[in-house]
Amino acid sequence: MAEFRMDADYGASALDRGVQGLLGAPIDRIDGVAKVTGAARYAAEHQPQGKLAYGFPITASVATGAVKSLDKTEAEAMPGVIAVITDDPRLPREAHIIRAERMPVIDGTLESYGQILGLAVAESFEAARAAAYAVKVDYVAVKGEYDTRAAQHKAQDPHQGAMLPNIVKGDVDAAMAAAEVAIDVTYSTPYQVHAAMEPHAAIAGWQGDELTLYGSIQIMRGFTPVLANSLGVPIEKIHVLSPYIGGGFGGKIGGPETLLAAIAAQQIGQPVKVQLTRQQLFHSVYGRSDTHQRIRLAATREGKLTAIAQDSLVSQKTGLGFFEPVALGALSLYAGENRRFTTRIAKINVTPAGAVRAPGEAVGMMALETAMDEMAEKLGMDPIAFRKANEPTSDPTSGAPFSTRRLIDCYDEGAKRFGWDQRVATPGARREGDWLIGMGMATAARVNFLADSKARVRLTPEGHAEIETDMTDIGTGTYTILAQVAGEALGLPIGAVKVRLGDSRDPSGAGSGGSFGAASSTSSVLIACDAIVAELARRMGAAPEEMTLKDGHAIAGNRRVALSDLVGGGAIEEIGVLTPGRNSRSWSQGTFGAQFAEVGVHVVTGEVRVRRLLGVFDCGRILNAKTARSQAIGGMIWGLGYALHEAAVLDPRTGAYVNRDLAEYHIPVNADVPQIEAYFIEEIDPHASPVGAKGLGELGISGVGAAVTNAVYNACGVRARDWPMTLDQILPGLPGV
Amino acid sequence: MKSFTYTRAETPEAAVAQGAGGARFIAGGTNLLDLMKLQIETPDALIDISRLPLADVEPHEGGLRIGALAINSDVAAHPHVRARYPMLARALLSGASAQLRNKASVGGNLLQRTRCYFFYDPAAPCNKRTPGIGCAAQGGYNRIHAILGASEACIATHPSDMAVALRALDAVVLTLAPGGDRRRIPLAGLYRLPGDSPQLEHVLAPGELITHVELPPPPPGRQLYRKVRDRASYAFALVSVAAAVAVEDGMVSAAQLAFGGLAPLPWRSAEVETALIGQPATRETFAAAADALLMGAMGQGHNDFKIPLTRRTLIAALTELTEA
Repeated sequence: MAEFRMDADYGASALDRGVQGLLGAPIDRIDGVAKVTGAARYAAEHQPQGKLAYGFPITASVATGAVKSLDKTEAEAMPGVIAVITDDPRLPREAHIIRAERMPVIDGTLESYGQILGLAVAESFEAARAAAYAVKVDYVAVKGEYDTRAAQHKAQDPHQGAMLPNIVKGDVDAAMAAAEVAIDVTYSTPYQVHAAMEPHAAIAGWQGDELTLYGSIQIMRGFTPVLANSLGVPIEKIHVLSPYIGGGFGGKIGGPETLLAAIAAQQIGQPVKVQLTRQQLFHSVYGRSDTHQRIRLAATREGKLTAIAQDSLVSQKTGLGFFEPVALGALSLYAGENRRFTTRIAKINVTPAGAVRAPGEAVGMMALETAMDEMAEKLGMDPIAFRKANEPTSDPTSGAPFSTRRLIDCYDEGAKRFGWDQRVATPGARREGDWLIGMGMATAARVNFLADSKARVRLTPEGHAEIETDMTDIGTGTYTILAQVAGEALGLPIGAVKVRLGDSRDPSGAGSGGSFGAASSTSSVLIACDAIVAELARRMGAAPEEMTLKDGHAIAGNRRVALSDLVGGGAIEEIGVLTPGRNSRSWSQGTFGAQFAEVGVHVVTGEVRVRRLLGVFDCGRILNAKTARSQAIGGMIWGLGYALHEAAVLDPRTGAYVNRDLAEYHIPVNADVPQIEAYFIEEIDPHASPVGAKGLGELGISGVGAAVTNAVYNACGVRARDWPMTLDQILPGLPGV
Repeated sequence: MKSFTYTRAETPEAAVAQGAGGARFIAGGTNLLDLMKLQIETPDALIDISRLPLADVEPHEGGLRIGALAINSDVAAHPHVRARYPMLARALLSGASAQLRNKASVGGNLLQRTRCYFFYDPAAPCNKRTPGIGCAAQGGYNRIHAILGASEACIATHPSDMAVALRALDAVVLTLAPGGDRRRIPLAGLYRLPGDSPQLEHVLAPGELITHVELPPPPPGRQLYRKVRDRASYAFALVSVAAAVAVEDGMVSAAQLAFGGLAPLPWRSAEVETALIGQPATRETFAAAADALLMGAMGQGHNDFKIPLTRRTLIAALTELTEA
C-alpha cells in the first residue's frame, strides 16, 4: 500500500522521468476495437447463468396523491408472466440522488409524476411490458405544485453543509445604485435530462445469498452501499460489475432498475434483467432542474466590475436535498468587490433534480456569460477586453491564490485562431444570402475537484502491468489514460498494460463524476507505480532518479535489464491510495476556457444554425490529446443544444414532461453539429493532483451556450433570455420580408 | 405489446383478404411498431406486405407510377423524381433520418399518424385514441399543433413531408379492397378533417391496401419544398411549403401549393392559388396569397408563431420561385 494525501504537492514522480512517450499522446482507445465489434458488453448484454427473466416497471400516471387500489389479477394471468411484484417494502419509486443512503421506497404516496409502483416479471420483455400495462391502478389524485415560480414565495435557502452555500460579500444593492453602468436581467433555463445513448439497465442474479449485478454505474463506491442498504444485504455479499457504460453524464449513480432487478431475481429465483425505456428515463431518473436566474452587474465606465450577483431560483422534489448550484462557475471568475451568489429552492412535485453534466456551470455560465455580453455592449467594450479587465489576481470570493489559471491565454489563442477581429460589433451587419451571420464568445469555467481513489498495479513476471480498480469508463477514455500513465511510469508500451475497471471487488476508485475521475484515478495509479519503481530501483541497486524505464527494460548505470528478469518469480504489486487534502482549500482550483461561435440566423424564418465552434481550454496536464478533444467537443455540442434545442417541457396541469422521447426532446443531430475545433493551453498543475491534471469532462459544456446566444445577438440583434432559443423567440425581431 | 399473429402476404389479393378482419398491414414498421410498443395501436394480426411486388417506380402516361412499397430513399433518389418532381425528392429527403427513410414505404408514409405529444402518451386524454374522452393538447403545450383545419376535438397535425409534396402534385392513390375492387382516390380525398371524429383519419376501408401512387405530368414552372424546423435534421416541420409556380411575362401563369405542419392533413387552399394565378409576380401578390391562406388560421397559444412564420415562409418561397 502506497498512500499519499494531497496536503502538499506530490513533487517529482516517475512521470517526470518517463521516456516511453505515452503520456498525453493521442492514442486510440484501448477498448475501442472491443466496442466497435460488439465484444464489449454493456449492462443489458451480459449472459448470466440460468434462464433470464425480464422485468418492466409499472409506473404511476398521476403525479400527486396516492394509490387507492392496484389490481394485478389480469396481469398475473397473462401468458409468460412469472410475477407482478408490488408489495416488497424495498421496491424503489425512482432513482436516488447523490449522497442518499438508500433508494426512496414505494409507500403508496405519489409526490411526482411517473413514480414506480412495482415490476412485472415475465419470460420475455414483451410479455413483461404487456403485463405492466395490464395492471389496473386507481388513484386518489390531488392537485400538486408543478410550477417553480408559483412556489417562489416558499422557496428555501440551501441546507447546512450544501456544496454551494449562499455567499454575500459587500453590498450589491448599494453598488448597483451607485454604478456608472449597470444591468439587471433575468434568464431562465428549462428542465433537462441526460439523454445518454444507453438506457439504464441491470441484470441481477443470486447464488445463494450472494448477488451478482451487472449495471451501468458511474461511481461504484457510491452505489454499492446504497444497494446493500436498500436490499438489506451485507455489502460483502454484493458483487457489482460495470465494465462499460454507454454515457452517464451524472445520471448513472444507480437507478431503480438495479434494485428492481435484484429484488425480482431474489423473489423468483432466477436472474432478471430490467431496462428502463426512453420514456421512463424522463421521470424514473432525476434530471436537471429548471433555473430562473437574476443577474446583476455593476461597473465603472471603464469596465471595472464593482458588483456581480447571480441569484437563482431552482426546483427540487419535495423532501430532497440536492439543488442545482447555479453560481458555481461565477464564484471565482471575475473581480468585483461586491458579490452575491444565492440559490433558493422551491420544493414542489417535480421529478427529482440531480447531477447532470457540470451541475451549476452548464446553465449558470450560460446566463452569466450572456449577461457579460450584454454588459460589454452597454459599456461599448469588446467582450474579450471587458472580461480581461476583470481578470482577478487571486480568487475574488475566497481570497486563495489560483493554482494555475491561463484564462487570458485562452482568450488570446482563441481570438487568434477563430478570427475574432473579423467580428463586426453592430448586430445584423453581416449578411450572406438569406443568412444573417454573427460571432459570439464566452468564458468557460468549472470548479476542480479531487476525490479519494485507490488502484492496484501489478507488475507481472512477464514484465507486463495489470491495473485493477473499480473506477469506471463512461465513454471518457479511462481505460486508455490509466494504461498511458502506468506505461509512462513503468516504461511499458501501451499493449503491455492491461486495465480492469468497474468491478466492485477491486480497490475503490474515484468513479466518474464531477470531472474528478481522470486526475484522481490516474494519480492513484501513479502512486502505485512510483512505489513499484522504487522497488525496481532497489533491485537495480540504483536510486529511482538514476534509473530509466523504457520498452520493458530498466536502465541504470551501464546496465539494461528486462523487467521480467527484475520482477523474478512473483509479481510486484502495490495499491496506490490518493486522499484529497489541504491543497483543495489552500489553492483556488478551477479549469477555464474561451468559447467562440459563429452562427447563421435565417432572415425569413429565424432558424439558427451554428456554423463554427472553437474552444481553447486550460485544464492542467492533458493525459491523451485525442480523448481529451473528444471530451471537449462532446461538451461543446451539448452546450450548443442547450442554447438552441433542449427542453423537457413540463405540463403545469399534470406535472408530467410532455416530450418524453428523442423525436421531440431535441438534442443536436449530426446536421446541427458544425466544424468544431478544440485546443488546450497545457500547464501541469502540481497543486491540483499528483499527475498534474485537472478535470475536463464538464468544462466543454460551460459557456458554449452563451457563445452561441451572443453570436445570435450579433447576427440579428435578438437577445434571447429564455432557453432554448427556438425560432419563435427570434422571429419578432427579424426584418420584414 | 399485446400478442398478435403475424402473416406474410404472398400476393396483394391475399393481403387484402387477410386484412379485412381488422388486421394491420406492416411494411417498414417505422411508425406502427412504436405505437404498438406503447399499446396505442393494438392489432390482433399483422399482415407483412413488405415482400409484395409493389416497389417499382416507373413512367406512366406522362407521369410516374410509384409502388406503395418503394422505400422513401429509393423514391427520393429515382432519376425521374429528381429530374421532374424535385419538390418530392426534397420533401422525402427532409423527412426523418437516413435510417428511417431506408425502411419507410410510400404507403406507410401516407398513413403515418400524428406526432402530437398527447396522442403518444396513453395517460393523457386523446379523442383520437378514445373518442369522446377529451383532448389534452387543448390548453396544453401545443407548439407543434395545427392552425388550420383543426376542430374542438383535435388539433393534431399530419407529420408527413412526402404527402405535402404529393398533394401539391395532384397525386392519386390506387387501392385494392377486399373482394378485389380497385379504387383511384385523389390525395385530396384520402384524408379526413378531424371534425368530431378525429379517430377517422382517412377514407380507406378496413383491409383496403394502397398499391400505388400515381403522379400526373409535372406542373409547369419551378418547384420547391421548403421545410422550417427546430433543428437541421430529424425534426418534424413547424411549417413546410411545397410549391410549383410558373411565370410568363411577369405574371403567375400556374401555381400549385401545399403546406405541412399547419393542419391535420396536407393542406391545400384553392384561394391561395386563385390569389396568385393571373396576377403579377410581385410581393403584393404573394402577400395576398399568404393572407388568403391564413384568413381562417387560429393559433392555440404556443403555436401562434406559426401564423407569421407561415406568412414569411410562403412569401419568401414564392419570391425564390419567381425570381428571374
